[in-house]
Amino acid sequence: MKFSIYRYNPETDKKPYMQEFDLDIPEGSDMMLLDALLELKDQDATLAFRRSCREGVCGSDGFSINGKNGLACITPISSLKSPVVVRPLPGLPVIRDLVVDMAQFYKQYEKIKPYLIANDEPPAKERLQSPEERAKLDGLYECILCACCSTSCPSFWWNPDKFVGPSGLLQAYRFLIDSRDTQTDERLADLDDAYSVFRCRGIMNCVDVCPKGLNPTQAIGHIRSMLLKRGV
Amino acid sequence: MVATVTSLGRSGLHDWIIQRVSALIMLAYTLYLAYFVISTGDVTFAAWQGLFASTFMKVFSLLALGSVVMHAWIGLWIVSTDYMPKLAIRMVFQVLVIVMCLALMIWGIQILWSI
Repeated sequence: MKFSIYRYNPETDKKPYMQEFDLDIPEGSDMMLLDALLELKDQDATLAFRRSCREGVCGSDGFSINGKNGLACITPISSLKSPVVVRPLPGLPVIRDLVVDMAQFYKQYEKIKPYLIANDEPPAKERLQSPEERAKLDGLYECILCACCSTSCPSFWWNPDKFVGPSGLLQAYRFLIDSRDTQTDERLADLDDAYSVFRCRGIMNCVDVCPKGLNPTQAIGHIRSMLLKRGV
Repeated sequence: MVATVTSLGRSGLHDWIIQRVSALIMLAYTLYLAYFVISTGDVTFAAWQGLFASTFMKVFSLLALGSVVMHAWIGLWIVSTDYMPKLAIRMVFQVLVIVMCLALMIWGIQILWSI
């Protein structure tokens, strides 16, 4: 199978280039793309990429794979057409090869205050939720912050400093509907500008690429409804 | 919270709701005009002038014109903040759009009230 991998070392290369690799993969192999990348790294040890848990939980190995963002560790080689083109996640500065600088992404995550804020009297034991209240967090808490969604979103490409992005907004909604959080109104007030939420045009690239099968567009719709209820 | 001064509305929600309501008004106006053209058959100058002579049509036309102006302001403002990263170009474009929108509004009032 043929591979075409994005290479760029800012210390030695004037500009990025694609490096071709060839790998013998037996027919019907259940290998994942990450396994193949590791074998390519055996061929050329200078190839740099991030990976950690190798089972789709840590969110380190998000790449643009044949033009679509995804996690290499849970992308079966058998699902890919040769040549497999692997590039870094689009829209973020490249540090080296497939390694991107995620600072802007994390800054947006930090902005939405991704932690429970409960200013009421702390109970003796713990803040309880009914099973129904807890069920509202399903499909939201599973986000692993791999950045596949936000870096597939044109609105995030153009305004990464102002638009929170699908990942951050999914997390924002996770705390907005948490029955234990008391800062709902303050959280909504922070989001009600022309960029943070409303730069979403609903093209659903985020839903298309999410390796965990989550739906940021729906969460953004819910935030919009909450803003509407608060403002009308 | 991101601050903006050249946008039409005072918040993201404000712009969003104006954009949607103005779209509905423009749709209603387009359908009404289409209905007039189809139902009239022979659209003569007299028929056309008669249509715009009524107060209802003047108000409806002004409402539609206002909707076009607000819709364009919001829409082009968004396009410029997406695709014009250079501050000078973006600012000149936004000022041009706003001035043109206001001029069109005034011109439209003058035309409609002269019939």
